[in-house]
Amino acid sequence: MAFKEIELNMGPQHPSTHGVLRLKLRVDNEVVTSVEPVIGYLHRGMEKLWESQTYAQIVPMTDRLDYLAALSNNLGYVLAVEKLMGLEVPKRAQYIRVALVELQRLASHLAWVGFMANDIGAMSVLLYAFEDREAVLDIFEAYCGARLTVHGIRIGGVPFDLDETVAGMIRRVLDETPKKLADIEKLLNDNRIWLHRTRGVGVISAVDAVDLGLTGPALRATGVPWDIRRDLPYSSYEDFEFDVPVRTGGDVYDRYLVRLEEIRQSLRIVRQALDRLPPGPHLAKVPRLLKVPPGEVFHTIEAPKGELGFYIRANGTERPERVKMKSPSFINLQSLERMSKGYLFSDVVGILGSLDIVLGEIDK
Amino acid sequence: MLEELAEAPALKRVADALRERFGDAVLETVYERKELSFRLGARDLPAVLEFLKTGHDFNALNDMIGLDRLAPPGEGRKRFEILYQLYRFSDHRRARVVVEVGLSESVPSIVSLYGSADWAEREIFDMFGIRFEGHPDLRRIYLAEDFSGHPLRKDFPLEG
Amino acid sequence: MTALTLLFDVLIPVIKIAAVILFPMVMVIVLIWMERRVVAFIQGRLGPNRVGFQGLLQPIADATKLFFKEDIIPREADRLLFNLSPVLVMISSLLAFAFVPLGGPFDVMGYTIDPWIARSPVGLLLVLGLSAIGVFGIIFGGWASNSKYPLMGALRSVVQVLSYEIPLGLTVLTVVFFSRSMDLVAIVNNQKDAKVWFGFLLPFSFLIFWISGIAETNRAPFDLPEAESELVAGYHTEYSGMKFAFFYIAEYAHMVLVSSLVVLLFFGGWLPPFPNVRALAFLGVLPGFVWYLIKIMFFLYLYIWIRGTLPRYRFDALIKLVWKWLVPLALLNFVIVAVAWYLL
Repeated sequence: MAFKEIELNMGPQHPSTHGVLRLKLRVDNEVVTSVEPVIGYLHRGMEKLWESQTYAQIVPMTDRLDYLAALSNNLGYVLAVEKLMGLEVPKRAQYIRVALVELQRLASHLAWVGFMANDIGAMSVLLYAFEDREAVLDIFEAYCGARLTVHGIRIGGVPFDLDETVAGMIRRVLDETPKKLADIEKLLNDNRIWLHRTRGVGVISAVDAVDLGLTGPALRATGVPWDIRRDLPYSSYEDFEFDVPVRTGGDVYDRYLVRLEEIRQSLRIVRQALDRLPPGPHLAKVPRLLKVPPGEVFHTIEAPKGELGFYIRANGTERPERVKMKSPSFINLQSLERMSKGYLFSDVVGILGSLDIVLGEIDK
Repeated sequence: MLEELAEAPALKRVADALRERFGDAVLETVYERKELSFRLGARDLPAVLEFLKTGHDFNALNDMIGLDRLAPPGEGRKRFEILYQLYRFSDHRRARVVVEVGLSESVPSIVSLYGSADWAEREIFDMFGIRFEGHPDLRRIYLAEDFSGHPLRKDFPLEG
Repeated sequence: MTALTLLFDVLIPVIKIAAVILFPMVMVIVLIWMERRVVAFIQGRLGPNRVGFQGLLQPIADATKLFFKEDIIPREADRLLFNLSPVLVMISSLLAFAFVPLGGPFDVMGYTIDPWIARSPVGLLLVLGLSAIGVFGIIFGGWASNSKYPLMGALRSVVQVLSYEIPLGLTVLTVVFFSRSMDLVAIVNNQKDAKVWFGFLLPFSFLIFWISGIAETNRAPFDLPEAESELVAGYHTEYSGMKFAFFYIAEYAHMVLVSSLVVLLFFGGWLPPFPNVRALAFLGVLPGFVWYLIKIMFFLYLYIWIRGTLPRYRFDALIKLVWKWLVPLALLNFVIVAVAWYLL
């Protein structure tokens, strides 16, 4: 059938663009010839706002970046400030942080599995995954009263100690989640339709992935075994045992498997953190109004979506001169075109889903 | 500060090699909070980055950061700074390259060297109005095409 | 006596026509409710349970809402075809029911009443043909919307429906071999006489027919023409209000039609199960219509179950499935059945 190349606008209102993203696609007989993401619909000028906030006031604002992993954003920013101040954080606080952030990774990955399965048409998985994610959000609620935009990490430590009720809830999640993961895997892993939709789709080589700055699970799925938690440990990650799952296919299926395995590793880390929780204070002594010595720092952490970095330039006052956030989704979305050229239009949806982007983080 | 660099021999080697190869083109070398950074003139940027990428394995560009200082510190210094955060996977080391730019000056684009610089340069262009020579598609990335002004400049009005 | 004859000759057809329109409509309402509830239970949700008993009136509430919604026609749309296509889709699926018997003949006051509007020696062909007309509505609607997503949905739909017609037709022929008739009533009666349902005699025919039937109705996992994660809503993206409802109802009516056909062709229509097991003869106490409904409901449930379980096919895989697997298998099945039938 002769069918001339058409330009297709996907979004900003479209069921599977995960927020307000617009993709300008050129499609030739359903084969994609070019993809141009158009972003900025959610741009709130966060970085400009931060220049007029005190250091502590910025922490809750970071919740609104990657709203599916608020705690990871908190941690990334707080660690950068602490590094700038040379602040020593109590060991107990570091362990609680690790437990919280790994639970956040669990929640974020579960949401991702659900959304991606939904993009490929397996809607039930979305609801199964969200049921599990709900349990994690309940933990956050019991811990600090918020579920989504948590603000659960403060400069110098964590706002609350981990009490027995919360620890009990976490242990319950640790026991329950593997069963529910097995359910999801049973539905998808060997499903022929799922394999057909994901295996060999959206392939990117390790060289291209590094060139495009891909990080996190998307990079590890191409065979680059890079995990900041292991390679540049922060917040006492060196105390924990965990594996870094790596696959070599670089396709949607491998990104899916890497993330599922990461969920298991997160559970392992949380269990270790709970078991070895050292005694002591959970918050260092920090003055109410922080004055940060002048200087600059760039610190990154392994967020659920990839390398999340904060660059802070301090000028000696209580407000930063400049805070720049390196958002993993921004970088990962950039590689969408190279991943989806030559595949079918239906695959773009799956590839976009496999990248795990959050527009709040891309648009800042 | 530079004396501390002896603690990190791997980074010291990079700093020495760079000074040897480019001499005075490296305007300043700083080692602070375990972060190594070099200050260069914009002209030398592509050559230095290529040297670091091919000769010293810094094959990932983590981030590009723009900065506006409004009042540059000292004689001959320029208003804007662009920071290139480099990373190498072999021994997990970072290096930072700093370039200073004046109000109506431009910087050579490094998209051909690092694919991830594409959107990063567009972002800095959008937010600071700094042009990148040789960028394949330099347009605003966040703001609308017809927006006037560059929000992250310090003299961008916060109200009205 | 003549007055009574007149009464029966006029009243009965009117009642029958009403029943034949009502049957799919009521089934659609139940089906929409059932789909939402069953999928909800599969996914660990509750689904609509507020309007009426267990939310049974939810589809009616939705339809009422759609009825009062603004009717939007895109400015650049072809108004004639845009308005015509929902009607076409609706007519084709309702008209087909005229030839679908709702049960066996029964007696009222000495009169034998046939619960169908028309009985034709080629009823099966008519049903398949009429239901296939719906694809015109889909392509007209997709094209007339003058929008890209509907157009792509319509193109996909045409390719899909036309491709799956072939295995569908081939498997229907194997049934015709055994029943030696294309009359749907006769096919059921044949199964009664043979004391075995064709579904057990021709399991492959049934499987191929069922898979093709799911594809024909654009249902998961073959719901590509309206794959919401890619094409928003496919061919009816630009439709709103009652016209959208028409497409929606027609799709569900089509599901009821395919389920009815499966039951009629392969599972003995209104016959009670286990006719040859004497101990289970009491099953015949229930009227045939009830058995018919139970069987249709089972297949409708299967539709929903499949939707709750499987991801969506990609278009190339869908076409590969039909041309590389279903058509050759249907052909093979056809040849084997033909040879076997000849030898027997």
